[in-house]
Amino acid sequence: MIDEKELFKPVNIEELEAKEYIRPSIGYWADAWRRLKKNKLAVTGLVIIILLIALAIFGPMFSPYEYDGTDLNNVYAPMSRSHWFGTDELGRDVFTRVLYGARISLAVGFVASFINLIIGVLYGGISGFIGGRVDNIMMRFVDILYSIPILLIVIILMVVLKPGLKNIFIALGISYWVGMARIVRGQTLSLKEQDFTLAAKTLGATRGRILVRHIIPNAIGPIVVTATLLIPNAIFFESFLSFIGLGVSAPMASWGVLASDGIRAFQSHPNLLFFPALFISITMLSFNFLGDGLRDALDPRLRK
Amino acid sequence: MKKFVIQRVIAMLITLFIVATVTFFLAKAIPGGPFTKEKALPEAVLKNIEAKYHFNDPLWKQYTDYMVNLMKGDLGPSFRYDALTVNDIVRKGFPVSALLGFVAILISLGLGLPAGIISAYKQNFWQDNFVMFFSILGISIPNFILATLFMYIFGLKLHIFNTAGWGRWQDIILPAVTLAAYPTAYIARLMRSSMLDVLNQDYIKTARSKGLSEYKVMTIHALKNALIPVVTYLGPLIAAVFTGSFIVERLFFIPGLGRYYVTSIYDRDYTVILGTTIFYAVFLILANFAVDIIYAFIDPRITYSTEK
Amino acid sequence: MEPVLRIKDLKTEFFTYAGVVKAVRGVDFNIYPGEAVGIVGESGCGKTVTGLSIMRLITYPPGKIVSGEINLDEVNLLKLSEPEMRKIRGGKISMIFQDPMTSLNPALTIGYQLSESLILHKTISKEEAKKRVIELLNLVRIKSPETVFNQYPHQLSGGMRQRAMIALAISCEPKVIIADEPTTSVDVTIQAQILNLLQDLKSRVNSSIILITHNLAVVAGLCSKIIVMYAGLIIEEGTDTQIFDNPKHPYTWGLLRAVPRIDEQEKERLTTIKGLPPDLLSPPKGCPFALRCSYAMEICFKEKPPYFNPEEGHRVMCWLLDKRAQKVKRSK
Repeated sequence: MIDEKELFKPVNIEELEAKEYIRPSIGYWADAWRRLKKNKLAVTGLVIIILLIALAIFGPMFSPYEYDGTDLNNVYAPMSRSHWFGTDELGRDVFTRVLYGARISLAVGFVASFINLIIGVLYGGISGFIGGRVDNIMMRFVDILYSIPILLIVIILMVVLKPGLKNIFIALGISYWVGMARIVRGQTLSLKEQDFTLAAKTLGATRGRILVRHIIPNAIGPIVVTATLLIPNAIFFESFLSFIGLGVSAPMASWGVLASDGIRAFQSHPNLLFFPALFISITMLSFNFLGDGLRDALDPRLRK
Repeated sequence: MKKFVIQRVIAMLITLFIVATVTFFLAKAIPGGPFTKEKALPEAVLKNIEAKYHFNDPLWKQYTDYMVNLMKGDLGPSFRYDALTVNDIVRKGFPVSALLGFVAILISLGLGLPAGIISAYKQNFWQDNFVMFFSILGISIPNFILATLFMYIFGLKLHIFNTAGWGRWQDIILPAVTLAAYPTAYIARLMRSSMLDVLNQDYIKTARSKGLSEYKVMTIHALKNALIPVVTYLGPLIAAVFTGSFIVERLFFIPGLGRYYVTSIYDRDYTVILGTTIFYAVFLILANFAVDIIYAFIDPRITYSTEK
Repeated sequence: MEPVLRIKDLKTEFFTYAGVVKAVRGVDFNIYPGEAVGIVGESGCGKTVTGLSIMRLITYPPGKIVSGEINLDEVNLLKLSEPEMRKIRGGKISMIFQDPMTSLNPALTIGYQLSESLILHKTISKEEAKKRVIELLNLVRIKSPETVFNQYPHQLSGGMRQRAMIALAISCEPKVIIADEPTTSVDVTIQAQILNLLQDLKSRVNSSIILITHNLAVVAGLCSKIIVMYAGLIIEEGTDTQIFDNPKHPYTWGLLRAVPRIDEQEKERLTTIKGLPPDLLSPPKGCPFALRCSYAMEICFKEKPPYFNPEEGHRVMCWLLDKRAQKVKRSK
């Protein structure tokens, strides 16, 4: 029997562990990661991408064939133990070529996306940061650029520059920065308008730094998502260019070139098209899943 | 409102100008000129050709001639095929591509819009997952892969359609569907996210609080707002359909402008490349402009912008 | 007199990816005809969710009214079918939302949006509705109502939009108007106008008003009854005199202390209530306010207090009113 007097004794609340009752608020990144993990498609995409990168970097080392090792005695071989994906019209091992193709296609994707990211961030950041007239002019310029059909310019560029890996990097690298610049500029502008800049001045840098931990994640979110989604675009673009004959030059082969070649013998030897096509599709799917998942995970509005 | 239209017209003219100029100078930058691939021609013939195509005129004259011709609508002759001018090629090929593109756009709007709306309405239920899954496939799988897949299944195996040719109305189905895959998927996703955005807005709560039926809420209140961002996609949609046509026409052997364009790239027929590029560019810029104007009419915030 | 709205043991919960959030945990109260009641509490206490629950505007996923009764003129709204409920919404109960900037559809004219519910609930023609809408716009003191009728929301100022919302809410002569933070998103000067307007309308229109707000000052002139909510529960309820002159719950004391007063010394700091509201994913089993209460006792953490009635019409959920508790002095 509990003594009633005990029950009604006043308690000093400051002695109690407040943490027991209040749900710890998780940091922005931790919450985003938690949300991302729940998205099975996004996680699958991420895993596949990591596998592909590993395959691209290390795969060719384990293959007994060279990507340009022709064997005219063994053309159009069907899939077998020694040639997992068969051979092509010059007797080259398709599996090895697909692995090398991974290197090129993935490289194109990442590098092109990266170049666009840098240009876009710089351009948009400067425009938003300076603001005023300069910002207006820079954005007008961007608007005009936006309405120019970039693909056409890229095609002409490739015709002029002659196909080749380096030129593909250049051509793709300048094609998408416009969208990125707009986003970065928008984020920069909203950053500027936040009271945090004023607060940072009045309350001292430490406060400012803490606020940065909240503001910057908000700003970086769309940028990360856009950069991720640029990669499959670049890979697609590259296959497209290869398809119309403006891709990397033989014997180097990206997946796009492999697919484009494969179409010619498609009816009799579908494996030549099937495997590069499969890899392209899987890669693009994975990046799209990941990008979608990132977009949902990093959206601060969805945060509970 | 007027201010908006005038701004757009000026932007469009500037863009056209830049595109034409850039294209011209890029073409001039091609090392070696258009005939370097040919087996060596005798000096005299070369000289004749150069004179005919004004290669020896000073650069600024070539440029002004070019621009003037452009404004007259003359895109120049083809190098490869003496008898044809670029205008001829365009005249032959464009209607075909336009028809194909038009059907593809119809399919993508007709399928994509309802799919997106249903997906948003039934968010996280099976309809939503279904639509989302297929739309991600549509976006990720490049259309040449889809094209070969369709050709294989429907053409070779099931013998429903021809894998090539043009002339009967059935021939348009497979290529149009292939062409429509990416835009349909994109529109579905765009419509879905736009609807979701709108459905989360306060004014939808207000509409429901008035006791309106869900149907009225979705159609009158939600759709009107949700369609606005989708309209802005119409421009890029047309562009996507055109670029897709390069591949689809080549694969299905359709005699459209896209196929001629790709061929000219292979042949390095520079005037055709240039001329067609300019044609496409002009077309797309005009289409974008038209979409912008339509958009301005739909969004009351622009139609009735109050300048305080 | 019979109450027009009788809420019994209302429980509303949200099923999220992090768990089940119990936003409203058993709320009862009555609203009488013509009465103006204020529901006061800090963000997250469940007052808005209560308002939305009355309108059955809680959408699943993730939210659901889990149990309870909401009786409008003795009809339990929770048992109605959706089409029947739609007749009630806008017709018998209407709602004014917090943010006038976003509560009106930007793609439709003011006239259209206001006529809609009239045409729906009163089955009158478009022309008749237009006449009534213009009358209503006049009533809420919007100048040149004929012009405003054809304008779009973005062409109006914030204050005008809120007034249009109010006009919408009273248009079908509802029995109950729920106003959810009607002054929070508006300029201070407009706030006063809106409150004035509501005062004025109260005497003209025969509806009861439920005014939901976190600001005690707002309910002062308008409401005759005040309900204080905390962590999904009603912790104190009384007439305005009782609450302002004789509050009994430490949370209410904190709320009143936090209102800046003209007669206070300038140098005094504004007092706030220390701490944060509890996590509604797993609400504490005792009194929800215990952790922030300077007068907390052992029992407060162990058991939820019952309602005590210190006077007629005044109830308090607090162990301090138990006769076994020590008497405390409220610090001013």
